[in-house]
Amino acid sequence: MTAVALAPAVPRPSFGSTLSGTGRLVRFMLRRDRVRLSVWTLSVVAFYAYFAVALDAMGPEALAGRALVMETPAGIVMGGPGYGIDNYTVGVAIANEGITWVVLALGIMSVLHVVRHTRAEEESSRSELVRAAPVGRHAPAVAAVITLFVVNAVIAVVSALALYGASGEAMPLADSFGLTVGSGLAAMVFGAVAVVACQITEHGRGATGIGLAAYGLALVLRSAGDIQERHGSLLSWFSPIGWAQQMRAFVDLRWWPTALSVVAILVLLVLGAFLASRRDFGGGLVATRGGRADAPASLRSPLALAWRQQRSAFGWTALGMALMWYASGTLLPEILEMGVSGAEDNEMFQAVFGGTDPAVFRDGFLSAMMLFAALACAAYAIVMSGRAKAEETAGRAEVLLALAVSRSRWFGAHLVVVGLSTVVLMAVSVYAMWAGAVQVGMDEPGLAAYTDVFWTYSVALLVYLGLAAALYAWVPRFASAVWLLLVYSFVVGMFGAVFDLPEGAEAISPLNWLPAGFGEAPETASMVGLGAVAAVLLGLALLGFRWRDLQSS
Amino acid sequence: MTATPAIEIHDLRKSFGRVQALDGLDLTVQPGEVAGFLGPNGAGKSTAIRVLLGLLRADSGTARLFGGDAWRDAVELHRRLAYVPGDVSLWPNLTGGEAIDFLGRLRGTVDKRRKADLLERFELDPTKKARTYSKGNRQKVALVAAFSMDVDLLILDEPTSGLDPLMEAVFTEYVREAAAAGTSVLLSSHILHEVEKVCDTVTIIRNGTSVESGTLDELRHLTRSNVTAVVSDDPSGVRGLAGVHNFATAPADGGTRVTFDIDNAQVGPAMSQLTALGLHSLTAAPPSLEELFMRHYGDVLPGAESADDGADDTASAAAQGTAGAR
Ligand SMILES: Nc1ncnc2c1ncn2[C@@H]1O[C@H](COP(=O)(O)OP(=O)(O)OP(=O)(O)O)[C@@H](O)[C@H]1O
Ligand SMILES: [Mg+2]
Repeated sequence: MTAVALAPAVPRPSFGSTLSGTGRLVRFMLRRDRVRLSVWTLSVVAFYAYFAVALDAMGPEALAGRALVMETPAGIVMGGPGYGIDNYTVGVAIANEGITWVVLALGIMSVLHVVRHTRAEEESSRSELVRAAPVGRHAPAVAAVITLFVVNAVIAVVSALALYGASGEAMPLADSFGLTVGSGLAAMVFGAVAVVACQITEHGRGATGIGLAAYGLALVLRSAGDIQERHGSLLSWFSPIGWAQQMRAFVDLRWWPTALSVVAILVLLVLGAFLASRRDFGGGLVATRGGRADAPASLRSPLALAWRQQRSAFGWTALGMALMWYASGTLLPEILEMGVSGAEDNEMFQAVFGGTDPAVFRDGFLSAMMLFAALACAAYAIVMSGRAKAEETAGRAEVLLALAVSRSRWFGAHLVVVGLSTVVLMAVSVYAMWAGAVQVGMDEPGLAAYTDVFWTYSVALLVYLGLAAALYAWVPRFASAVWLLLVYSFVVGMFGAVFDLPEGAEAISPLNWLPAGFGEAPETASMVGLGAVAAVLLGLALLGFRWRDLQSS
Repeated sequence: MTATPAIEIHDLRKSFGRVQALDGLDLTVQPGEVAGFLGPNGAGKSTAIRVLLGLLRADSGTARLFGGDAWRDAVELHRRLAYVPGDVSLWPNLTGGEAIDFLGRLRGTVDKRRKADLLERFELDPTKKARTYSKGNRQKVALVAAFSMDVDLLILDEPTSGLDPLMEAVFTEYVREAAAAGTSVLLSSHILHEVEKVCDTVTIIRNGTSVESGTLDELRHLTRSNVTAVVSDDPSGVRGLAGVHNFATAPADGGTRVTFDIDNAQVGPAMSQLTALGLHSLTAAPPSLEELFMRHYGDVLPGAESADDGADDTASAAAQGTAGAR
């Protein structure tokens, strides 16, 4: 009798059950991320529109000069395969130079979005709550991909319309769409890579790393291919960035390369789904290895722990930066030669790089390279200073502070590790470039000039770290506001001379206090001032952290 | 007592924005005492413990450990105590063994023998990476780290959450051992039998205020016993006695079965009355702590007269217990 009563009570799972609840999750994700996604959308659209307007304001002559730079190896690395370079219009310039960066921005957004809604959720065991509800196994990942698609689609459409509008309808609508849709699809490939990565590794951080490394690889393939051959060699066709650029928007638009992105995305998603069904919830495919039962003798202070937590990130970053700047160094003579000839009849160039005198131009150009190097190091400092906050919210700081560890000692340990790593990264960048330049016989500027650059930039970098730390100590909720300073510094550093900004506005950027030319003697007062600002900010940070409540979830 | 209390909290207040987490809390733990710290979810136990550890700053009132100020002298005081949170998060790239050593070294040297003993008793594999530990095993890492230290005070905030019953027994054993060695313990817990097993005194808090504190025996005294008896005569007279609650009767072999709860202070008169009615059989269940806690936690004790909020209810419960007036 009981058997009869029980039999129908267990419904058989239907085919679609691994996806049930997807719709609700999509709505939930869009709601939860509405601010974050709006900011991304607005930023990318603003970038397109601003780029179009700024290029237009340069005038055709300056654009032609710009085209010359885009034929140098560095120009190709930073830009693209050089379609339409003989008739460098605003649209051509955006397509040639902008795609690499737009795909980078959208790619970062895509990777972070996927990881945030899948692996990071699993790690925090929040999604256990979700999955225990009637929600299918694949639903969170599928919902993340759907929302990602929606966001990229919105960005592509609005950006295309913005380009069309900003150019006063001079840029054909079809090409505008080709540009934005191609970039969006290329970026989604990296999101799809992240979906696969999330199945392989157990940690969100690892998955993010794999996603970003995929972009790095794509950039290397594309650059190498494009340097080998104008308009790209076979190598360029292995890179999603290349697929977007090979659409030749504003030159001779063709749509079929988008099929490559679409196929790549689908293949990766199928692979992700396949892997996902083969792993456990919360687990990865790569099992974590066992470790030692006792701590090494060196692990006996908060400083040692902070270093232990950051050393692998530091190591990989240092390696990446060393390779990149060494490579840039070896390319310097070539770039400079072409740049100087290009600058002769180019006012924009002269404004940015300080003139046509080869030595002056060289130093100006090197300074611009150093700006990139320094901003990358500043970004590292900001990201890594965020580790302290992560430790606090996870409750791990609490465990240490309940021992005989003072707040200053704990927080100070983090700051020391981040500060030293940042300075070392700056040294790695600067001397790697020097080594590359010397390797190809470029002895000027000499080592002393590079050393001056290294230490002056290091002082400025500590200001970014100081601000990040002070914000975290006093107003932890707004800790990420320090990114604004970074973006601002970039804009002022790159375009300050072009825009003719008022003095006071430029002074906000710490980098503005450094010598303008490469290896120029620094002003003592400026350096002392920068150092003082950094010291005050770091002091304030330590003080503020001593006085506030500890937060934990 | 003349010795400086291990923990001394007086009129402690702490608010988070509009939430008043602690509202005049009082708590004292004497040296060598094992104190239970109970209260419903959100009562403010963890907040009080965080203030004691100098992790949160009190708005007003005093929080002292060994006579020192919990906020100002935090680092010095922490040399003498160990803390186990209820939800342990470990460093992702450290193994459990490394975490234990590291935590131990921040206080002093690690006693390898003791660590090995503890690992064996708690059946913990120290070579696993933090992420691969289950909830209970993460908890064990923190427990092993705490018990391997030679300290004067253990502050434990729901330390056994996630432990299986066997491990809970091991935990109880180590707490007893620590107490025998003269260590004071503050144990916040929702597991009543655990508190009953190891604690000398208990403090119950609600809405940030202590509503009851004393030894377990004292607290038992405040509660009621459950009586079941079979008598030959009509027992309805018992219903009107002072301190009798939930009175019920049912026909039984050879008389009437009567059940009721009785305030412990009023047991005497009720017993003489029952005897006078011709007593056939009698069982009296000892007062259960559970009932006491229920009353303080949420007024769900059957027959509790008022459903006011914490403070009022306690006052009336206490008054009832001691005076038995009706
Ligand atoms: N950082 C914070 N911000 C805002 N409110 C908080 C914060 N920490 C605690 N609270 C609030 O303070 C009150 C007391 O919380 P507390 O964690 O001390 O409770 P508890 O007694 O430990 O509860 P539980 O038994 O669930 O652990 C709760 O209402 C809680 O919501
Ligand atoms: Mg708690």
